[in-house]
Amino acid sequence: MITTEFVIPARAPWSHVIKKGQTMKIIDLEGNQAVDCIFYSAADPDERYSSCETVVRQKNIFLGLGTTLYSNEGRPMLTVVADDVGRHDTHGGACSCESNTLRYGHHTKHQHACVENFIYELGQHGLGKRDVVSNINWFMNVPVLEDGALGIVDGISAPGKSLELRADMDVLCVISNCPQINNPCNGFNPTPVKVVIRN
Amino acid sequence: MPELSTPYAARDHARSMHGARIDAMPTLPVSDAKNLPSDIERSALIWDETLAAGEYTSRVLTRGTRLRMINLQGDACAQFLVHNADRPFERLNVADTVKVQWNAYLGEGKMLLSDMGRVLMSITRDTCGTHDTFSGPSTEWSNAAKYGHGENYSPQPNARDRFLLSLLKFGLGKKDIPASLNFFKGVKIAEDGAMSFIDRASQPGNVLELRAEMNVLVSITNCPHVLDPRPKYTATPLRVIAYRGPLTTPDDPIRNAGPEAQRAFENVDDYFLR
Repeated sequence: MITTEFVIPARAPWSHVIKKGQTMKIIDLEGNQAVDCIFYSAADPDERYSSCETVVRQKNIFLGLGTTLYSNEGRPMLTVVADDVGRHDTHGGACSCESNTLRYGHHTKHQHACVENFIYELGQHGLGKRDVVSNINWFMNVPVLEDGALGIVDGISAPGKSLELRADMDVLCVISNCPQINNPCNGFNPTPVKVVIRN
Repeated sequence: MPELSTPYAARDHARSMHGARIDAMPTLPVSDAKNLPSDIERSALIWDETLAAGEYTSRVLTRGTRLRMINLQGDACAQFLVHNADRPFERLNVADTVKVQWNAYLGEGKMLLSDMGRVLMSITRDTCGTHDTFSGPSTEWSNAAKYGHGENYSPQPNARDRFLLSLLKFGLGKKDIPASLNFFKGVKIAEDGAMSFIDRASQPGNVLELRAEMNVLVSITNCPHVLDPRPKYTATPLRVIAYRGPLTTPDDPIRNAGPEAQRAFENVDDYFLR
């Protein structure tokens, strides 16, 4: 077995191609660290993860063990084969400098944000802002209450908890290790995460 | 079949259709609109079009324009996208729309937010109350599974491909389709995240009115909801009306609904400063 490990520093972007059949484990090293994530088909990046397609197929807005992530072309991209946490977010999206001004105030305009990471990392692959779609937030807790109330609340992850995905096609994985410091998504303290890829 | 062996005969045949009217079509000139809602000034009209099942339309609306969608018979599903018409790489962001407003269900008084921290449109009137931010558009494969076909050229076209056609006509493409909204059809989210389709979400005559806060490109298609379980492709006509209106004032209730809304409108003001 060939194993490749990466530690993604706190607040940093990361990308890597995961080949069909390989597994990818994401480890929340210090606990409650949101990992914003989008997958693209490595062969044709116009095909990418679709939150709508994924949640409609399983008729549930949370991701967990057994979830298959579907593309905008209706094809399986990856499957969750192990999960210590129980549920992960599909609907909270990525923080951005611009949305931070709405959520917290204009004083947060210059704080680093996930969309900065996403577009920078996509730029390394010839992609850009139009390729940013509703993303996955691994380890992030976003309940929806009876009246529709929705918000990012205290996490249910913990140090060392992880999830593992198996690639069902060759995918480009783009991650923003979330730098947000204005809500509980990172416990107000962004920390590193580890990615382990196995053949 | 008519005998059309010369261009003159073919021309006369084509011209014989002049003035034909059907239920689902655009009204031109728009001032001829029939059954206009009494609260809309005829002189302010910009657009009047009715979409039958599977049909789509798109248009650029300048800021201040009101876009009214009327669920004429109560069983339409208005699948909806909105882009900044001047810079279409700014577009509806459903995640920011629900996250910033702390609620997953849209209704009167809510904003449709862009991915650049601005309000593209706001919901000034809603007599239905049930809409969907989760499911996105119907697709070729979801339609094919229920109806046998889902292509644009089939009798059961899907919303995603309708959006693509709409956007291609403005020089845009697949990359420009973010998660979309569904009006007049809803999904309920249970505590464990389970999604359930809401039957009979709307009544005949239900109205949703949006106010353009920026210059926007709207794409609308009336296709059955992706989770609509009925085996028959069903969507009753959707009427779309747009009319001129004033820009949002500083004392507007939606603008003042909370600090997030105030800043979303401030960001729009800032964008249009010159």
